[in-house]
Amino acid sequence: MDLDALGACLTIPACVVNQTTSGLIVGMLLFLVAAGLTLIFGVLKIVNFAHGTFYMLGGYVAYTALGATNSYTVAVLSGTLAMAVFGVLFERVLISRVYGSNVLMQLLICYAVVLIFDDLVKIVWGPEFHAMGMPAAFQVPPLFIAGGVVPPFYAVLIGIAALIAIALGVGLSMTRFGKTVRAAAINPQMVSALGVNTTLLFAIVFAIGGGLAGLAGALAAPVRSLSPGMGFSILIESFIVTVIGGMGSIAGALVSALLIGMVRGFGTIGFPKFTDGLIYIVMIAILLLRPQGLFGRRS
Amino acid sequence: MREYPALRDVAIAAIALVVILAIPLLHHSPAFEDFVIRLSAMALFATSLNLLVGNTGMVSFGHGMFYGLGAYAFALMMQMTGLSLPVAAVLAVLITTIAALGVGAICVRLGTDYFAFITLAMQMLLYSIIISWQTFTGGDQGLRGGIPRREIFGFELASQLHLYQFCAIVAVLGLLALRHVSASPFGQTLRMIRDNENRASFTGVVLWRARLWAFTIAGAFAGLGGVLAALFVSGAYPELADWPNSGQAIFAVMLGGINSFLGPVLGAMILLALNDVVTRFTEYQGLVLGIVILAFALGLRRGVLDFLKFAWPGRSR
Repeated sequence: MDLDALGACLTIPACVVNQTTSGLIVGMLLFLVAAGLTLIFGVLKIVNFAHGTFYMLGGYVAYTALGATNSYTVAVLSGTLAMAVFGVLFERVLISRVYGSNVLMQLLICYAVVLIFDDLVKIVWGPEFHAMGMPAAFQVPPLFIAGGVVPPFYAVLIGIAALIAIALGVGLSMTRFGKTVRAAAINPQMVSALGVNTTLLFAIVFAIGGGLAGLAGALAAPVRSLSPGMGFSILIESFIVTVIGGMGSIAGALVSALLIGMVRGFGTIGFPKFTDGLIYIVMIAILLLRPQGLFGRRS
Repeated sequence: MREYPALRDVAIAAIALVVILAIPLLHHSPAFEDFVIRLSAMALFATSLNLLVGNTGMVSFGHGMFYGLGAYAFALMMQMTGLSLPVAAVLAVLITTIAALGVGAICVRLGTDYFAFITLAMQMLLYSIIISWQTFTGGDQGLRGGIPRREIFGFELASQLHLYQFCAIVAVLGLLALRHVSASPFGQTLRMIRDNENRASFTGVVLWRARLWAFTIAGAFAGLGGVLAALFVSGAYPELADWPNSGQAIFAVMLGGINSFLGPVLGAMILLALNDVVTRFTEYQGLVLGIVILAFALGLRRGVLDFLKFAWPGRSR
C-alpha cells in the first residue's frame, strides 16, 4: 500500500492526466466487451462465458489482417465482422440447443468453446505472445494535456468506444429495432406471437455482442500483447462490470466499466500489488449495498 | 437393509474402502496410487460442491476458495508450528468452516446469478490476497519447502503407500459424512428449497438459515479436500484457490451427474483420467477436453449417472 504516492499523484496534473487516460483505455475496452455480454444476457438470459474468446479471436484476426493488408482500418473491420459472424454461428450451432435448459449446461458448453479455441489459437498463431505494434498512422508525436502524455491512438480508441456507447444507447431507446429488442428482453413469447422473427432477432443480438467483443480485441491489439489466455482475464473483469452495473443494463455497463477503469488507473499507484483485490472489494461492496447492481431492476 | 439406509451406506463405504486398500497389496502401481490420492482430494471437493449445486440449487462459482484456504491453512500450520498432523488438519478444516460461515452470511441471501458472481468475487479476493501477501503465503510462488510429513497412528506419510491409505480412508469417511448429511431430514429440506423455495418457506423453513448451513458444511468438506491436496503437493499453491479450479469442480459435478450422490465422484474420476490420458498424447489437452465436454453436453444433456438413471428409470436411489 502506498497512499503517499497516490496522494502525491493527485496533486500533480500530469500524473492525473496519465492515470485517467490509462484508466479510460481499460474502462472503454471493458465497456465494449461488457456491453455485448450484458446485451446477450438481457435479451437471451444466457450468461456467455465464451465472450472472452470473441475478444481474443478479434485481436488475432485483426493481427493477421494487418499483416496481410497493412491497413489498420481493414484490420479492425475484419476483426469486428469475423466475430459478428462467429457470434451467429456460436448461437445457432451450440447455444440454441440449450435454450431453456439448465444454466450449468450453457456454462459447460461455453467453457468447452473457451478450451477449444484457446488451443486452436495456439495451433494457428503459436503459444508465444504477439505484439501488433502501433499502426503506422498513429506513429506521431503524442498530445500533451496539462503536462500529461496522451498518445493519439488512445484518444481515437476512447472516441470510438464513446461513439459506440452513444450509438447503442440511441439505437436501443429510439429505433424500432431497439424497441423490439427491449420488448424481447421482457417477454420473448409475446414478441414472437406479434409476428417478430425472434430466432433472427436472437442471432442478430449475438452478432452485435460478438462484433463488439471482436472490435474491442482489435482495438486492444496495438496497446496490449496477444496471447492465447487473454480472453480469460477480460472475461472475469467484464463479468464484474455487468454485475456492478446491473445485468442487462447498457448504461450500467458504461458507468461501472469506467469505475473499474479508474480503480485500475489510480489503484496501480496507491495499491500496486492489490489492484485486482481492490476491484473485487468494490464489487462485493456494491453488491451488498445494491444486490441488483447500480442500474439493475429488482427481479 | 431397506429399513436402515444409513447402515447400508456404511456397508457400501466399508466394502469400497476394503477394495481400495486391497488393490495396492495385489498389484503395486505408483501411477494408480498417485491417481487415487489426487482423486480423494478432488472427490471431496466436487461432492461438497454438489451439496450446494445439486442438492440445494445454489450455483457457487467460488467453491475453490475453501479448497485453497484449507490447503493454505494446513500447510502454513504444518510449516510454522510444531502441531501434529491430525490437529493441524482439524484446525485447518475448522478455519475453513468459520470462513465459509462468514462468506455464506454475506452471500446466501442473494439471487441465483448474483450469488454465483459474488462467490466468484470472494474467491478472487482470496486469490489476490494470497498473491500479494508474499511474506506470509509466498505469493505466486506458493508455499514451497515441503510439509513435514510427521508420522501419525503408524502411518508414515512420506511413503506413497501410506499416503494412499491415509487419503483413501479420509476421503471415504468424508464422503460417508456428506452422504449422511444429504440423506438426512436436513438434506431433504435442502432439496425442498431447491424444488420450490416458496413452499419450503410456507412450511416454516427459514430459507437463509438452511442455505447458510449447507454453504458452511460444503465449505468445511472442500477444506478437507484442500488438506489432502496440500499433503499431495507437499505445500500450497495459488492455483488451488484460483478460479479454474472451481471450474474443474463444477465440471466434475456436471460430468458425473448432479442428481446422484456418487455423480461428482465419477465426474472427478473421468476428469482426472481424461487429463492424464490426454496429456500423454498431445499438448493440446484443452482441445480434446473441450470436444469431450461438448459431446457430453450436447449428446447426453446431463451427467453420466443422471443419464443412466434417465435411460433406466425405476432403480431410483
